[in-house]
Amino acid sequence: MSDPPLLDVRALATVLRTEDGPVPVVDGVSLSIRRGETLAVVGESGCGKSMLALSLLRLVDPPLAIAGGEVRLDGDDLLALPEARMRSVRGRRIAMVFQEPMTALNPVLTVGEQVDEVIVRHEKASRREARRRTVALFEEVGIPDPARRVDEYPHQLSGGLRQRVVLAIALACGPSLLIADEPTTALDVTIQAQVLDLLRRLQAEREMAVLLITHDLGVVAEVAHRVAVMYAGRIVEEAPVRTLFEAPAHPYTRALFRSMPSVERGRGRLEAIRGTVPAPADWPPGCRFHPRCGEARPECATDVPPLRPWAERAETRVACFARDAADAEAPR
Amino acid sequence: MSAGKVAVRAALGVLAAALLVSLALPWLPVGDPSAASLPDQLRPPDGSHWFGTDALGRDVLSRTLFGVRSSLWIGLLAAAVSLVLGVLVGALAGFSRPRVDAALMRLVDVLYGIPFICLVIFLLAVLREHEPWLRAHGITRETVLYLVVGGTSWLTMARLVRNEVVRLKSLPFVESARALGLPARRVLLRHVLPNAYGVILVALTLTIPSIVLYEAFLSFLGLGIEPPGVSLGLLAAEGIESITPVHAAWWLIVFPGGALALVLLALSLVGDAARDRFDPR
Repeated sequence: MSDPPLLDVRALATVLRTEDGPVPVVDGVSLSIRRGETLAVVGESGCGKSMLALSLLRLVDPPLAIAGGEVRLDGDDLLALPEARMRSVRGRRIAMVFQEPMTALNPVLTVGEQVDEVIVRHEKASRREARRRTVALFEEVGIPDPARRVDEYPHQLSGGLRQRVVLAIALACGPSLLIADEPTTALDVTIQAQVLDLLRRLQAEREMAVLLITHDLGVVAEVAHRVAVMYAGRIVEEAPVRTLFEAPAHPYTRALFRSMPSVERGRGRLEAIRGTVPAPADWPPGCRFHPRCGEARPECATDVPPLRPWAERAETRVACFARDAADAEAPR
Repeated sequence: MSAGKVAVRAALGVLAAALLVSLALPWLPVGDPSAASLPDQLRPPDGSHWFGTDALGRDVLSRTLFGVRSSLWIGLLAAAVSLVLGVLVGALAGFSRPRVDAALMRLVDVLYGIPFICLVIFLLAVLREHEPWLRAHGITRETVLYLVVGGTSWLTMARLVRNEVVRLKSLPFVESARALGLPARRVLLRHVLPNAYGVILVALTLTIPSIVLYEAFLSFLGLGIEPPGVSLGLLAAEGIESITPVHAAWWLIVFPGGALALVLLALSLVGDAARDRFDPR
């Protein structure tokens, strides 16, 4: 536990530059991932989790821009690297898997060519050598008859096979960190399970760190070691996966669980979180969740609660004044 | 097969025939389009001259076929020029940062506002002043014509390509190509542009007929191809000149005009079919 983390993100901020000034989309996010660990970032759509992933790769385009913070991969400050060196980080040390296997592959190239391309680019391999490795990768991600499949076009493959090709592309140069943005959202439930199994197996075999971005708590329970809950551009809670499921700390996390169907609670209406997720331009001051929160206190509207260890569960860190107050009152 | 499909097949047939005849013209028994023969002036169509002869006794069939050839040739070359310029500007705009994009597209907007026919007439008139100099550098009238016409017909192509590039740029496979560390140029050339082929093809097939008509119009005005060259517009102009109060040689107008109409109709039909096939909108 004492070895330095593979990825260390400090106070990362990404903004949307508008005529009325910058609007934050990722607002001071700090997180770290160790080798071989899976960290899930959970949140509703629009909370900035995909933007966080793109920011790590420095792939935000104007009018979006990274406004501050630090991203260290194995000690290298990624935000300070020149663009040419950053290009050799992308795909080689950090790979990214996108949602939507339907459109994640180029329809006019064969799937084999799309894997070859990355290998040739990063490892200066010959075409033949690249093709040999591509076939081996297809084998590894469980694509049947790989020697034939490499010459097929994406539209000839099923959704599950396409997602496997996408994984093969990501794994082609043996990245130490894999960012998976909603890797299974668009897939059938049975295929989802297969892809998650595959992801878990590959991660264990390759000792890869995985940053999993999802809104699906079921997927989180399945593959993650640790979870960071994101709301409106900030991380509001971070905990090991078991702890989070047993004892969620932040009112938002608790509301998320209450809005999820569960076998134990049985039938009956699911509780929706009142109000809607605000758009970045409408993010309130103080704790961003306070207008929708049942436990809001006066200071929640003005001050930003810092992420602090929670007294009840030492391994949980939570950003909530209500929790802090309860901790202070609790008899020691 | 629907009537529309029959029409498209027929149009493709006409174009294929026109191209084949144009290419094979030197070997076909059609005679020299500029061979004058004074005894044969203004003969109506008959067995030896199927399309009749003109005021200098030249064979109208031969002149029409050579006219189709030069019109098609200039149409294709000018379309190629407009393709290169349009794709270049469109791709650059769509793929660059918003500021460059806005600058390029505003430039296109401004150019759109200029009445091109005036600009082209002006350009051609100016260039004609320098004709000896141009000819000394191996630049013929035809070259000037297709460069000028092509150089002023790329705006629609640029707009369409730009919009398509912007759409493609946000698709996951393009994002993913960038996330894999491929350089921007490679992302554009290998992942974006090849997927814009439908839009490019449609724009191209709709550009060619308008350029063919453009050329005919300019030649008709005496700004395009000049004698002894032949083009459909030039033939139409000669045909009209031959109409006098005492005599009207109808074949001088009907055959070149009919050939122009047929080629334009075929090109437009193919263009429409391409749009139906490749353009989802």
